[in-house]
Amino acid sequence: MTTPTEIPEGPSKVELAPGVGGGGEIPSFDITLKVRRYDPEVSEEARWDEFKLTMYGTDRVLDALHKVKWEHDGSVSFRRSCAHGVCGSDAMRINGRNRLACKTLLKDLDTSKPILVEPIKGLPVEKDLIVDMEPFFQSYREIMPFLINSGHAPTRERLQSQEDRERFDDTTKCILCAACTSSCPVFWTDGQYFGPAAIVNAHRFIFDSRDDAGDMRLEILNDKEGVWRCRTTFNCTEACPRGIQVTKAIAEVKQAVLSRSI
Amino acid sequence: MQVHKYDVVIVGAGGAGMRAAIESGQRAHTAVLTKLYPTRSHTGAAQGGMCAALANVEEDNWEWHTFDTVKGGDYLVDQDAAEVMAKEAIDAVLDLEKMGLPFNRTPEGKIDQRRFGGHTRDHGKAPVRRACYAADRTGHMILQTLYQNCVKHNVEFYNEYYVLDLLMVEEDAVREDGTPYKQKRAAGVVSYDLASGEIHVFQAKSIVFASGGVGKVFKTTSNAHTLTGDGMGIAFRRGLPLEDMEFVQFHPTGLAGLGILLSEAARGEGGILRNADGERFMERYAPTIKDLAPRDIVARSMALEVREGRGCGPNKDYVLLDLTHLEPAHIDAKLPDITEFARTYLGVEPYTEPVPVFPTAHYAMGGIPTNIKGEVLQDNDTVVPGLYAAGEVACVSVHGSNRLGTNSLLDINVFGKRSGIYAAEYAKTTDFVELPENAEAYTIDMIETVRTANGTERVAQIRKELQDTMDANVQVFRDERSLTEALNVIASLRERYKNISVQDKGKRFNLDLLEAVELGFLLDMAQVMTVAALHRKESRGGHFREDFPERDDENFMLHSMSYLDPEAVTDQTAGIRMDTKPVVFTRYEPMVRKY
Repeated sequence: MTTPTEIPEGPSKVELAPGVGGGGEIPSFDITLKVRRYDPEVSEEARWDEFKLTMYGTDRVLDALHKVKWEHDGSVSFRRSCAHGVCGSDAMRINGRNRLACKTLLKDLDTSKPILVEPIKGLPVEKDLIVDMEPFFQSYREIMPFLINSGHAPTRERLQSQEDRERFDDTTKCILCAACTSSCPVFWTDGQYFGPAAIVNAHRFIFDSRDDAGDMRLEILNDKEGVWRCRTTFNCTEACPRGIQVTKAIAEVKQAVLSRSI
Repeated sequence: MQVHKYDVVIVGAGGAGMRAAIESGQRAHTAVLTKLYPTRSHTGAAQGGMCAALANVEEDNWEWHTFDTVKGGDYLVDQDAAEVMAKEAIDAVLDLEKMGLPFNRTPEGKIDQRRFGGHTRDHGKAPVRRACYAADRTGHMILQTLYQNCVKHNVEFYNEYYVLDLLMVEEDAVREDGTPYKQKRAAGVVSYDLASGEIHVFQAKSIVFASGGVGKVFKTTSNAHTLTGDGMGIAFRRGLPLEDMEFVQFHPTGLAGLGILLSEAARGEGGILRNADGERFMERYAPTIKDLAPRDIVARSMALEVREGRGCGPNKDYVLLDLTHLEPAHIDAKLPDITEFARTYLGVEPYTEPVPVFPTAHYAMGGIPTNIKGEVLQDNDTVVPGLYAAGEVACVSVHGSNRLGTNSLLDINVFGKRSGIYAAEYAKTTDFVELPENAEAYTIDMIETVRTANGTERVAQIRKELQDTMDANVQVFRDERSLTEALNVIASLRERYKNISVQDKGKRFNLDLLEAVELGFLLDMAQVMTVAALHRKESRGGHFREDFPERDDENFMLHSMSYLDPEAVTDQTAGIRMDTKPVVFTRYEPMVRKY
């Protein structure tokens, strides 16, 4: 048993600087939101619909989409759930870049021009901003995304050093939103490519000291549709809403494949 | 319409549903139905940790954990259930570690533990380090780990299948004392495939409801848009009782104005709350454990500070969470996500500035009553064979009138596992119950009524007015006037709901229609919560009545049970019958709750 680390005790009273904690009037502004529409029940043709909206400084793209759906056109369709960037439902192309709608503040975009919202690329569009996620999850499942340990399970927890735990911390953050995979030019042209998210999730286990199946995963990713398809364009790293160093993770997996084959 | 047959059907794919599926899937033919994708479930938004008396960093034991849970719930906890949870917590954490969950580690490589509100050493003497955690994304790691293990065990998922009805049959039966009654028995569920708009009936020997909470009845909430009380609503509409629905937890530290959750771990790691005078006001309300008092007490203290004019900001309507005395490296290592929320959504830098916070609707302590096997009860003690519930949708009751932080991640793992095992074992011993005739008719009628409605009311407007009235009248402070006002508003909104229309008339991914159906559940659940709150004329845990500010054990040391009953009138509300159910005591006598 270790001695608990001391946590610093804050003072009972402090002088607060004037205006601390923000606040004040939240500014409002007008935007034009252009939404890519597609509903095969209505027409095989996709189109753009344009909405003029008054929004506020704390609003996100998701708030604008909700305003459209709730006040203008209820048929505008998109997935969303947690609305603060942890569930991964609302990845979409916003002004040509893959982002989560709930994490993109309108004030951070150029509101003097129309804001363009489209479905993520490379996955079949089902309706408006909704794509078929099944091919994405299929790749994820293929890399065996679960701990494989051949030894006897101990009665207590398996021990793992803090350094070993830190080794794969970055890739545990993945929320499977598909922003990375659907930003990858290789994935756009070759739908068979595993894509960055599957490799990130393989990395999470390959570099976990408790896992024994790294070789099997490296073999899978050494496939012609595996890590070697990556052209290091860094789109995935830029797209990741969780700040995962995706390209770096892919490079580490490539390195592991090489050092294994030596 | 299609009919599927499974031994076990699990409704919901958050922590409880997937933990159940891992057990059930290895024992019986199992399907999981979810209105989202499994990894979108709101378990993933839980942050701070999962308590278990591992004693990895300091002395601890499960009995202390049980006591804290009972006291934290203001003695309305069923103590047999709390004992089960605290005992099995240790294996629940170790199970997750063996499944691969990347917990933070001690220097010796063991699972690290930290402090959390209401969790104490030796019956309240001082905070204890009991919460096992993975940075401030413990729920994310639990959800991912459980999904990974579902993939490993080839669990069958039906993604974006929205369950809208529970099919049961009723048989004449006689109690031991000779009184006749109607015995319910589970037969299946009816679901709506969002992608196609088709109806799918699932016949099952066992059904596990694990569909989560109902936070969206409130405007300011940490809950996802999709948490609309569907599971509770389905059970209620089919005549099953709902237990303790008046008890809602308001989490103290929601980002002001937004409701986005900032984990209690922020205070576990040393953060403190301050009012406009810069004062650490929790020293006055809970002198021993201060900012780590249970959530009901902290939330009420914050609301009082604001009410008495010591709130911050231009409208004096929030308080501050101060982390500025902590090392940035400590913050980055232990609280990376929540500090990013403050930066992203409020533009506040937590290293140097305190963060504006205010209580946010977080968790329903009540739900579908179950026993410690997860079996659903149709009254105080009659089990519905084949029907189970676990997680926030259920009420075991381990949380009583106020849940301790981390005990929900524990609840879903312990009772998710139990219900999965018992559901599968039961399925092995029994035959399918024959589906009622026209099993799908009720659901088709509900869907088509909404789709073809040509009224003038908008779903979003009714929902907004509902959420506004719940925030104004059924929040941290309640009294007869506010609750009556809320009931009047809800009644008029229910009338207006009959006159809605949806614009999307299609079949494919008709989420316009989905929101309209969800609103129906929200209206039902808001009414039940408010009637139950009006009926409980005392203050206990998360339910604070300004007109009855004391706990009244003589009259109210009882669970409330709400039933849909067209004949009944309770507190001027037609159609709801209130009853009570005794609390289970084992070793702890109620005491005054001081921290």
